[in-house]
Amino acid sequence: MISSYKGRTLSWELKERVLELALHRGPCNEIGSHTLEELEKFATTLEAAGDQASVLIVYSSLQCGFCAGADLRELYLRLQGLARAEVVPALRDFLERIHRVMNLIDASPLTTIAAVHGVTFGGGFELALTCDLIIADKMARFCFPELRLGLVPGFGGIPRLKRDMGNAVVRDLLLTGRSFNAVKSQQCGLVSQIAAEGEALKLARATASQLTKFDRQTAAAAKKFIKPIPHDDLRREIDLFCELFLQPAVAAGLKRFVESKDAQPYLP
Amino acid sequence: MPDADQTLEQILDLAAKHFKVPRDKLTPDDDFFRTLKIDSLQALDLLTRLEQHFHVELPDYELQGVSDFRTLASRIQSRL
Repeated sequence: MISSYKGRTLSWELKERVLELALHRGPCNEIGSHTLEELEKFATTLEAAGDQASVLIVYSSLQCGFCAGADLRELYLRLQGLARAEVVPALRDFLERIHRVMNLIDASPLTTIAAVHGVTFGGGFELALTCDLIIADKMARFCFPELRLGLVPGFGGIPRLKRDMGNAVVRDLLLTGRSFNAVKSQQCGLVSQIAAEGEALKLARATASQLTKFDRQTAAAAKKFIKPIPHDDLRREIDLFCELFLQPAVAAGLKRFVESKDAQPYLP
Repeated sequence: MPDADQTLEQILDLAAKHFKVPRDKLTPDDDFFRTLKIDSLQALDLLTRLEQHFHVELPDYELQGVSDFRTLASRIQSRL
């Protein structure tokens, strides 16, 4: 495995059996084609990391937050250049690739921790949901804003949230599109620990150092037993996303979002 | 429980302190995006601080179109 890597959108480093993946693509780690390529590279490393690592920590080194989700600007511009018949195949290809990465992180034998702060929206929230534990800075906010654009989350968010939480919480997040703060998120079982401002990574590292003391095979077996990957729902989510994407309201919503000069573009 | 005027004062105090703006420069009818020179992400930060300070939940959609301190205070007051 590659024990350290510094890319355009992310970096990773293995140190004392803890693999740390840092996101650092401005403005707020939006996931587009470059991030996806590097996440695929990371997934290959993660698959080979079992012998040398016990814990994975995913975090953002940018001040704005963990991740603002999919790169909607890139998505919009890319799809604008395609004929209608080419849109869904291109979209499906992107979604299947990101799902493969998310599924690999979700099912990794390592114990995984998302150390989040600030904006943890859409695809960023979905990335955090692949992890076994979420450690949140007290200023973190979680949100699925996709319905505001006429869409549903497309990177595996609903099936994972449904697996981990009560259906009422899933409906609240999904159907209102409102954001939860860290305290609310901990109250409903989403967040494992809350850190003081700027301290989430430190807390994640402290937790990781405890986790590295456990027998790796036992921890991996326990995780496999308790955390099934909802493959059927994940496939249905891709189908639903592609079906909804062709509605005229989506193109209009994306256009409005991308061209918005509003002071509150996170509320399209 | 603070009354409406106290809520408004506390919001102005908190905004001035956090965004390092002289308190006497802030008035209830100011557009806080403009006065505090904040963007949407910093507005989310303000929302979180207000939720923590007043121990309330403020759904984002309630703040849609809200940009002055007085209206913000009335939204908070209705949840205290």
